[in-house]
Amino acid sequence: MASASVTNANSSNDGSGFGLGWAIVIGIFVVFSIGAWFALDAGKVYTLTETVTYSQVDDAWVSGAVDGAAQQVSWETSTAVNADTPGAALSASRTIGVWLAAILTLCIMSFLAGDNPFYKAAEAIVVGASAAYWMVLSFWTGIVDKLLVNLIPDITRAWAVPGLPESASFDVIYLIPLVLSGMLIWRLSPKGGWIARWPLAFVIGATAGFRLLSHLESDFLLQIKSTITPLYVTGADGFQFWPSVGALVILLGVLCCLVYFFFSMEHKGAVGKTARMGIYVLMVTFGAAFGLTVMGRITLLTERFDFLFREWLNLL
Amino acid sequence: MLNFLRNLDRRIVFALMGLAVAVPILTKLSFPEPVPKGTQPYKVFDQIENLPDGSRVLLSFDFDPGSQGELLPMAMAFTRHCAEKGHKMYFMCLWPLGEPFVEDAMNIILGEEYPDLTYGEDFMSFGYKPGNEAVIKNSIVDLKALFITDSRKTDLNAIPMTRNIKSAKSMDLIINISAGDPGTKQWVQYAATPADLPIVAGCTGVQAPLLYPYIPDPLKGLLPAIKGAAGYEQVMMDAYPHLADPAVIGSKYSSKAALQRMGPQFVAHILMVLFILLGNIIYFIDKKKGGA
Repeated sequence: MASASVTNANSSNDGSGFGLGWAIVIGIFVVFSIGAWFALDAGKVYTLTETVTYSQVDDAWVSGAVDGAAQQVSWETSTAVNADTPGAALSASRTIGVWLAAILTLCIMSFLAGDNPFYKAAEAIVVGASAAYWMVLSFWTGIVDKLLVNLIPDITRAWAVPGLPESASFDVIYLIPLVLSGMLIWRLSPKGGWIARWPLAFVIGATAGFRLLSHLESDFLLQIKSTITPLYVTGADGFQFWPSVGALVILLGVLCCLVYFFFSMEHKGAVGKTARMGIYVLMVTFGAAFGLTVMGRITLLTERFDFLFREWLNLL
Repeated sequence: MLNFLRNLDRRIVFALMGLAVAVPILTKLSFPEPVPKGTQPYKVFDQIENLPDGSRVLLSFDFDPGSQGELLPMAMAFTRHCAEKGHKMYFMCLWPLGEPFVEDAMNIILGEEYPDLTYGEDFMSFGYKPGNEAVIKNSIVDLKALFITDSRKTDLNAIPMTRNIKSAKSMDLIINISAGDPGTKQWVQYAATPADLPIVAGCTGVQAPLLYPYIPDPLKGLLPAIKGAAGYEQVMMDAYPHLADPAVIGSKYSSKAALQRMGPQFVAHILMVLFILLGNIIYFIDKKKGGA
C-alpha cells in the first residue's frame, strides 16, 4: 500500500501521471461546464452574417451586383453581435474558440497546483502552434513580400500581391540575399556545411556595425548630455526647488554608480563609501524594476480573469 | 499558528492572490485615479493634444497578446485621442501578432466610434513588417521602398494619405506601444535620435526602468504599465467628457479599461505588502528566539 502511494506521488510530480485526483477534477469541470453552458450561456458567440458583392465594370470594381459586369465576386462577413440582435446566429467556430481559449488558460494556470498532464498538453499546443505560425508568417512576409516581389514582380502580382505597383520591376540587388539564403540553407547538406558560415558572418558583421552607431549616439552621447543639466533650475517663476533637487539626485546617483563600477582603485575610505552609496542607488533601481514587474504580472492575471469572467462565463 | 505560517503552502498564497484579483473584477471595484499636473500621463497627453489638428501621427503597435493586459488599453486610448484631434493616423507593427490589434483599433474604435473617418484619408495601416530595427532605420529613409503596399495589399500611391509621404520624417509624432524588442528603445535609437523626431511611448512595467533614461530627450513622455495607462485614460476623460459615456465605457475596448484594472491591482498590492510584513515579523520572532 505504502509502495503504491509513493509511486503515485512520483508519477504526479513529473507531470506524466493521470491519477484519480485529476479524473475528479475533469469530472467537476465537465459538470461545471454543462451548467455554465445552459445557465450562463457560457462562451456562446453570436454573429450576424452579411454577403458583400463587388462587380468589375470598365476596369473598376464597384460595390454591389451589376448586370453585365465583366467579373463579380462575393464573400460573407460575420460580425459578433448580441444574442438578441435580429438575424443573429450561434457561431460554432467562434464559440469553440472561446471555449478552447478558456480551457487552455485553465490548463496553464493549473501549473500553480503542480506539474500535470493538462499543463503539459497546453504547453505543447502553444509550442506547436507558434512554430507553425512563424513558419507561415516568415514565408509570406520574408520570402514573398521582400524577395519575390523584387525578383519576379509580375508573377508575384498575379499570384499573391495584387496591389503591387505596375512600376515594380526586377531588382538585381535582391539576388544577393537570394544567394546568401541558399548558402545559409547549405547547413542542412551533409557536405560543405562551412558554406553557411559566410552568410552568418555577413549578418553578424552588418548587425554589429548597424547597432554600434545608434548605441553610441542614443545610449552614450545623448545620456551624457542628459546628465549634464543645470543644478540650479529656474523657470518662469524663478528658482524651482524640486526640479533642482531632482537634478542633484541624478548627478549624485550617476557619480556614485560610476564609482561602484570603478575597479582600478580599492573600495576603501571615501571611495568605498561612495561605492556603497552607488550600491544603494542600484538597489533602489532594482526595487523599482521589480515593483513594476510585479505590477505587470498582476495585470496579466487580471486580463486573463477578465476574459474568463466576461467572454467565457458572461458574469460581467 | 506560527509554525503553520512559517511553512505556509505556496498554493495558499496563489489562491489568496487569485481571490485578491478575482473578487475586485467581479465586484467592479475601482478607485479614483488622481493625476497630478506635470506627470508622465499629462506629458504624453500634451504632446498629442498640442499638435495642430490633422497632423500626421505614426502609431506602431509593437506588442502581442502576451502583453495586451498592460498595453491594449493605452493603444486604444492613443487611437481615440488621435481620432478626437482629427490627426492622420498611420498604423504599423514590428510584432506580427500586433496586427490584429491594429485591425481592431481601425475597425472597432475608429469604425464604430468615429464613423466619419475614412480608411485611406484619415487612417491607414502599413501592417506588419519583419526586420526589427532595420525596418525603423529604413522607415526614416524611404517608406515606400519599405512598404510597397498597405496591409490590405493596396499600392501606397493609390492611397490619398500616403501618396505624398516620403519617409517617417514626414510624421509630426511617433507613438510607440512597446512590449520589448523591437520597441521603444529601437524607435528611440533608429528613428527619434537620428531624425530628431518627437516620440511618446507606452510600455510594459518590465521595460519602464530601461526607458526612463530616455526622458525627456528624445522620449517626450512615457506611460509605464497599467498605471500609466490608467492615468492617461483619466486625463483623456477629463479633457473629453463624452468618453465617460456608459456606452463607450461598456464597449469592447472600454475607455476605462486600464482604470478598471487598477482595482484588482490595488487589492493585490495590499495583499503582497501584508505577506511581506508577515514574513518579516516571523523572521524577527525567530531571530529573537535564536532560531534564525
